[in-house]
Amino acid sequence: MCLSIPAKVVDIKGNMADVSVGGTVFRAGLQMLENVEVGDYVLLHAGFAIQKISEEEALETLKILREMKDAMNK
Amino acid sequence: MKEHATHFINTGLMNEYVSLNHGSGGSLTNKLIRNVFVKRFGLAEPLTDSAVLKEAGIMLAFTTDSYVVDPIFFPGGDIGKLAVCGTVNDLAVSGAMPRYISSSFIIEEGFSFHDLILIADSMSLEAKKAGVKIVTGDTKVVEKGKCDKIFITTSGIGILSPGLEHISTGKNVKPGDKLIINGPVGNHAIAVLGARKKLTFNSPVTSDCASLNHLISKVLDECDEIHFMRDLTRGGLAIVLNELTHLILSGIVINESSVPVEEPVKGLCEILGFDPLYLANEGKVLFVAGDDEYKKVLSVLHSHPLGKYSEVIGEVVENDRNLVILNTAIGGRRILDMPSGMQLPRIC
Amino acid sequence: MKHIDEYRDKGLIMKLMDLIKRSADRNYTFMEVCGGHTTAIHRFGIAALLPENIKLISGPGCPVCVTENSFIDKAIAYSKMNGVIITTFGDLIRVPGSGSSLEKEKAQGGDIRIVFSGLEALDIAKGNSDKKVIFLGIGFETTAPGTAVTIKEADMAGVRNFYLLSAHKVMPPAMEVIIKEGVALNGFICPGHVAAITGSSAFSFISGKYYIGCVITGFEPVDMLQAIFMLVNQVNSSSPETEIQYTRAVTKEGNIIAQRHMKDIFMLRDDHWRGFGTIASSGLRLRKEYEQFDVEKVIPVNVKNHEENVLCICSDILRGLKTPLDCSLFTRTCVPENPVGACMVSNEGACNTFYKYRLNE
Repeated sequence: MCLSIPAKVVDIKGNMADVSVGGTVFRAGLQMLENVEVGDYVLLHAGFAIQKISEEEALETLKILREMKDAMNK
Repeated sequence: MKEHATHFINTGLMNEYVSLNHGSGGSLTNKLIRNVFVKRFGLAEPLTDSAVLKEAGIMLAFTTDSYVVDPIFFPGGDIGKLAVCGTVNDLAVSGAMPRYISSSFIIEEGFSFHDLILIADSMSLEAKKAGVKIVTGDTKVVEKGKCDKIFITTSGIGILSPGLEHISTGKNVKPGDKLIINGPVGNHAIAVLGARKKLTFNSPVTSDCASLNHLISKVLDECDEIHFMRDLTRGGLAIVLNELTHLILSGIVINESSVPVEEPVKGLCEILGFDPLYLANEGKVLFVAGDDEYKKVLSVLHSHPLGKYSEVIGEVVENDRNLVILNTAIGGRRILDMPSGMQLPRIC
Repeated sequence: MKHIDEYRDKGLIMKLMDLIKRSADRNYTFMEVCGGHTTAIHRFGIAALLPENIKLISGPGCPVCVTENSFIDKAIAYSKMNGVIITTFGDLIRVPGSGSSLEKEKAQGGDIRIVFSGLEALDIAKGNSDKKVIFLGIGFETTAPGTAVTIKEADMAGVRNFYLLSAHKVMPPAMEVIIKEGVALNGFICPGHVAAITGSSAFSFISGKYYIGCVITGFEPVDMLQAIFMLVNQVNSSSPETEIQYTRAVTKEGNIIAQRHMKDIFMLRDDHWRGFGTIASSGLRLRKEYEQFDVEKVIPVNVKNHEENVLCICSDILRGLKTPLDCSLFTRTCVPENPVGACMVSNEGACNTFYKYRLNE
């Protein structure tokens, strides 16, 4: 039930969006988010976009992890 | 009557009903077959894709299958093409040259001739591609609501050259043998599901439905150390691997990152909670090749359009008897078990 | 796939494993609350990778597992009524009630349909105006807002044949029960998608009131290993906090709009959790203004309260007191084809996961 997956918004019509997961396109309700744009990544769960994925935070997480990895190598 | 009832009691099925899970191809299907049919029909283990029969000095492979796929038209094929490919493949993986097919149709009242002709044309085209002849058949029509549009049952006969009978039993499989698959898995199941669920999602995936006999016969012509073959249908790769470990009494180790899966299939599996290793295929075959020859087998496969994306996915091992171990993509280890129920009904 | 593959990078995983091994200088027991985490840990083979001094136990975050028999019994009773279509998430179809299951009823002719979304169930209602369409709402705070939106959509469209049978629950009260019971834990791996909705503030009581550390975690292998590393550090430095590992989806406040939808449609009620008994203010039911969608108000149904199988220890497993390996029925009578308890049916249940991915024998 916790199955939510990052999906890319490819089209928006009113409060419904077409979102793509690896090329498969799903319909997702946007009623829980505002200012969603084509190109955004959202968490898709049970037919709804439940949260936006922050590109900035994602990059920050990966940066921290990679720096940890590099520190180990020194 | 009493004898009849005793049979029921012995199998413990007296108060049970057949559920969709019994048609999934997994452990419940096996239970149904073994509890109801095997003893009564005098079938001999191991149960293989085709029965190998010896008659008047000739070895024949004989097989049968039913097709109830929903919907009947899907990206990459239709129920007719599926019927021909499925039977051709069951014969081919037994090492036989498919020759003749029979085809029986159960048609729902009200089904359009337009669709029926499309299906028949599709079967004719596929039969020509595969080099087989459809030589006999039957047609029944039932009242509206008594079957879903059309069901097809095909049987097939092929000729088995001497020296190849071991292939379907896995007798010659030994530790060190390599497992090879001829391309990405899960496409058929996803294509069919996509065709059903048009309102919920749109999938770019097409079924891999194809006759594999030319590919297989090329491999058998050029290579000597093919120890086992089986085609992957419902229940997917996982079922075939589990069936294999029970035939050979050794273990199998598979490397998850070596199993080819197309991106859109991966995506759908993530969102729907499916495992691509358990999804149905209609154009994939698992080869088990001797350690000395597997590279040659791979190169022969790569030279054929239906084998372009072949990969070595694992090997047979001495330990872990009867188990299929999966080395996960991140470096972990777990068991790849036999599926019990269905992930998707009416997939083929 | 973006935002997935990067968090399955083998190199990162190996390094995180290394960091964990070096820092883990004592015994640790962490509870992963969410069924999605239980599944991911075993699917990726993480459990086998962790050092022996880190123990993971699974908690009650599997919505199917904590839904009691009477919910299934009610759904089955409704399915037997004339002109009723039951719409449900696939997870519920094989869960045993006290006698039968939705799957078995479907085999006997019940109109029971699997949907992927509440909106799909609403479409079925719109397309079958002569039938009563009942949606079985299960799930925690990740799923409940979707049901809330669906009810709002039904209301706005004037749909009169759509109903909800709610088993929706909220997570924090159950976690508090576990803590109060004194289950020996050094930290919680908290559900990332629940927190995407509620915000991390919903879990701050764990460290604030009870001084147990918790990390709000994503579902990819890198996420979970980073979270375990963070928890080990919290324990080592005796500084329990409510931290967010899953920063790309979780904030302190969460999704305010989704929370508002939930508040508009639902109110809290005391609810019965399999294995826990009644937990105060832990379930969601429709507010009075939306009672016309509450199937139990419109079509009351009576089901008997049946005892669970006495040998089934799902309740102990859900509270982290025992594992499936402690159960006398596990792999003998209770197997995925013939489940006795809900923990074996649900894909996220501890027993189902242990069975599918087991590495012993």
